[in-house]
Amino acid sequence: MAVGKEIRTKIGSIKNTQKITRAMEMVAASKMRKTKERMLATRPYSQKIGKIIKHLAHANPEYKHSFLVKRDVKRIGIIVVSSDRGLCGGLNSNLFRKVLGQLIQWEKAGVEVDVCTIGTKAYGFFTGLNKTTVIGHTAKLGDSPHLNDIIGVIKVMLDAYYSGQIDELHAISNEFVNTMTQRPTIEQLLPIVAHELDEQLSSRHWDYIYEPDAKEVLDHLLTRYIESIVYQGLVENNACEQAARMVAMKSASDNAGNLIKELQLIYNKARQAAITQEISEIVAGAAAV
Amino acid sequence: MTMTVHVDIVSAEKEIFSGLAEMIFAPAELGELGITPRHAPLITRLNPGEVRVKVSSTESYPFFISGGLLEIQPNVVTILADTAIRAKDIDEAAAIEAKVRAEEILADKNSRIDYASAEKQLHQAIMQLRTLERFRKRGG
Repeated sequence: MAVGKEIRTKIGSIKNTQKITRAMEMVAASKMRKTKERMLATRPYSQKIGKIIKHLAHANPEYKHSFLVKRDVKRIGIIVVSSDRGLCGGLNSNLFRKVLGQLIQWEKAGVEVDVCTIGTKAYGFFTGLNKTTVIGHTAKLGDSPHLNDIIGVIKVMLDAYYSGQIDELHAISNEFVNTMTQRPTIEQLLPIVAHELDEQLSSRHWDYIYEPDAKEVLDHLLTRYIESIVYQGLVENNACEQAARMVAMKSASDNAGNLIKELQLIYNKARQAAITQEISEIVAGAAAV
Repeated sequence: MTMTVHVDIVSAEKEIFSGLAEMIFAPAELGELGITPRHAPLITRLNPGEVRVKVSSTESYPFFISGGLLEIQPNVVTILADTAIRAKDIDEAAAIEAKVRAEEILADKNSRIDYASAEKQLHQAIMQLRTLERFRKRGG
């Protein structure tokens, strides 16, 4: 019987799509576990170095490193971390929306913006935008990125900061809250801001002893700090990507299931109607004879 | 009750040690440092070598680090290691192999490799072996 042939093919194609989304969901779930582990493993380092930097911001160093000195802001540098691939729900678009809001604020204040992007999606977005200049880019770092992969991008920004081309540096990436929630965050890297301290440091005038000398140690430490924050952002963004993809693919599979159910219902109704019609035709024919 | 200081040793990959100690020995750039509680605030870079955390008069933990940073606050000591390994986990065979390889590269004057990095590798391998040796001598 040729009833509802289109409907049947449609159900078939949706079933195929569902198979794909289900497979992607499972792949993302297992990848998420791995990327999450990596994220948790690197957290202590970035937390500890963050703590040292906090202490440092409260010290009274004789040598004023340029990373610690506030300047008048005329131009800002941002490092944006995004995923390389799509199909991960609103992860990237939420992030870009947040950036856009910030960009508009900066534009109002008459501040220009330079961008370094990590990840294909961010590159595509910012090259299409005429408000900003992209001065550095890297992508396709895989699921286990290495610190060396992003040093180039960071160096571009740090050099720009040293030379006075930019006066502030911000890092923008997704923060992994839990599997369901990823929060886009903007963090100011340079100049280093003195946050509130959780613990009590002596309030009197104090400074570190630097070995061998302040400049060398601080250069090393501050560069490390920036690198570790951006790296942590990257690793966290990876975990976010997998989590978001898993959730997006799960809802896609569920939606496909609902769609199939509805179509099946329509198909059954059409078939039933066709049969009823045929019977009534036969009955009518018999009655006429 | 002896005074203790809180010590955190983290590497880029994971947290290695966190706890109280009576004294810490670390290979600072300008020579070995012995850190006791209430040390003055200090920041320095570390050379590859052995970090030893003395938890009590009888117990101490040795670690190998391949360089990093050290921060001292009067009651917290933080060591940010590039990589850190517990001394008993050092793979002796791998360390010896790395040493031999680095020596070969250094001996081959014609090759076009980067001497600085080879020398650094050699130094690291030697320090790893030395850490392990000392650890064994103490009967670990």
